Amino acid sequence: MKLQINTSNVVVALVAAGLLLLPLYSQLTGNIFILTLFTRIIIFALAAASLNLIMGYGGMMSFGHAAYLGIGGYAVGILAFEGIGSGFIQWPVALVASALYALVIGALSLRTRGVYFIMITLAFAQMAYYIASGMSRYGGDDGLTIYKRSNFGGLIDLSNRVQFYYLCLGCLFGGIYLIWRIINSRFGLVVQGIRSNEQRMQAIGYHANRYRLVCFVISGTICGLAGALLANNTDFISPAGMYWTRSGELMVMVVFGGMGSLFGPVIGTIFFLLLEELLSQFTEYWALIMGPLLLLIVLFARGGIMGLLGRFNRG
Amino acid sequence: MVLVEQSLNGFQFGLLLFLLAAGLTLVFGIMDFVNLAHGSLYMMGAYFAATFTAWTGSFILGVLLALGATLLLGIVLEFVALRHLYGRDHLDQVLATFGLILFFNDAVRLIWGPAGLALPLPAWLTVPVQIIPGVYYPAYRLSIIIVALAVAALLYVVVMRTKIGMLIRAGASNREMIGALGINIKLLFTLVFGLGAALAGLAGLMQAPILTVQIGMGENILILAFVIIVIGGIGSIRGAFLAAIFVGMIDTLGRAFLPDLLRMVLSSAAASTAAPALSSMLIYLLMAIVLVVRPEGLFPAAKR
Repeated sequence: MKLQINTSNVVVALVAAGLLLLPLYSQLTGNIFILTLFTRIIIFALAAASLNLIMGYGGMMSFGHAAYLGIGGYAVGILAFEGIGSGFIQWPVALVASALYALVIGALSLRTRGVYFIMITLAFAQMAYYIASGMSRYGGDDGLTIYKRSNFGGLIDLSNRVQFYYLCLGCLFGGIYLIWRIINSRFGLVVQGIRSNEQRMQAIGYHANRYRLVCFVISGTICGLAGALLANNTDFISPAGMYWTRSGELMVMVVFGGMGSLFGPVIGTIFFLLLEELLSQFTEYWALIMGPLLLLIVLFARGGIMGLLGRFNRG
Repeated sequence: MVLVEQSLNGFQFGLLLFLLAAGLTLVFGIMDFVNLAHGSLYMMGAYFAATFTAWTGSFILGVLLALGATLLLGIVLEFVALRHLYGRDHLDQVLATFGLILFFNDAVRLIWGPAGLALPLPAWLTVPVQIIPGVYYPAYRLSIIIVALAVAALLYVVVMRTKIGMLIRAGASNREMIGALGINIKLLFTLVFGLGAALAGLAGLMQAPILTVQIGMGENILILAFVIIVIGGIGSIRGAFLAAIFVGMIDTLGRAFLPDLLRMVLSSAAASTAAPALSSMLIYLLMAIVLVVRPEGLFPAAKR
């Protein structure tokens, strides 16, 4: 991949630099709110990036990604509740649990295609939601408060806002680097080939569903990491965060930014959550504007923000 | 006796689900359009009914007005926004209609306020009816069963026995061809969408007196409707009917009897929280099994 200077790359570089320097700005101006807001944005950007891996590159429209946020979060919350506070245990458990869930759900859902797949992943995520509401020991519908954030010894202190911010940002950049490596590897090219023409890839001798499934599991695992971060960020986990509208929001973030563009989900998440924040300051009924806006973007701005930037580039 | 009553409840819930799923599967089968906002139409039907009943003071009049209003709303929605999405990617349709859900939920909150509404029943519908000696059943639930069965039969006759139904079925198997034969396909689509909206509204307003009328009421039941059309086979009305009854039964019977069954093995407190979650899960488990055995659903519509 040759590095080119064009509008979208410049925007991406500026956003990345801005994210890196944000804590400095927050310290100088004493604006703590912007730091917590962007910590949230970065975590959701990681989740959106993981969704983009299967949606944009794998052609799998998962409508159930909120489940991984919940599983990753509940892994942290339940272990903390049972007295295991070490992040070295909590986080691997969160990742493994998400991966296992993705493996089972993926193996079943990938038997279907297209709109069936959308609905199946949605239905399974709802099932996970009901399981979470049924766990009476862990708060059921009311959710579970996490009194202590994951403990990483002396390595990093998650209760420190700036350190936690940089941890999240590190996870985001690490996740995007991983996704970049995946889509440019032989494995990633096969997955993208399957998206374009499954029959042909099968004929060449690739077992399409196995490749799809591995990709699905990787995506779910990354999203589980985002869930562990989110639970630490809010100090709270509840079934409400796994509701299907959350999955819809993740899809919206990906599409806003531009599906199948490496950095698109980050831009899309920043755009979506900032807009939500702005609108909700302006009116209590922010969805009255967000809903129709979404409709308009789908109708008139295909390819999202990165698509628009690319068009600008070609002049 | 409890078993008879709960089975009837399950049957009645299944019929309601069918009304919702029928519109969804018709719109999908004919326009190839995934409509998440179908649940919003269900909600609007209930809100319209509560409002019009309060205005007119008559339950029947309110219900009829609400049906008309939901039909009109569906037609307007199709005309203004959704018809531009036919032929687009399913993902685009999912996202656009997701936007509509956000819009409708907040619009309802703005107009009717965040608190739910109640739709009171007239006295003649609240009396229990003796269905078999010794078993009484609420007249209202009985009337839901009768109305829904009548609508299902009507739907069958319209789709299978009339000219318009012939066009609908032809549209489902080849859209371009019936357009080329000189049928106004846009009008047909608008009509089908309006019909689906009215069915969703009917389901919503019939459910309203049993539960409260509230924001987001359409979302849970919409997912159930999706599960039903996936189990039944997308585009198949017969499949939707059978799957809806099946799902309604499992959901209701699970909720009614699982707590007692679980209490045999679990403590009573744990059983009463685990049981609703477990009975909700049963349906998804059923769906998973159906998909493993038949990925296209039990009664797939004819291949295009």
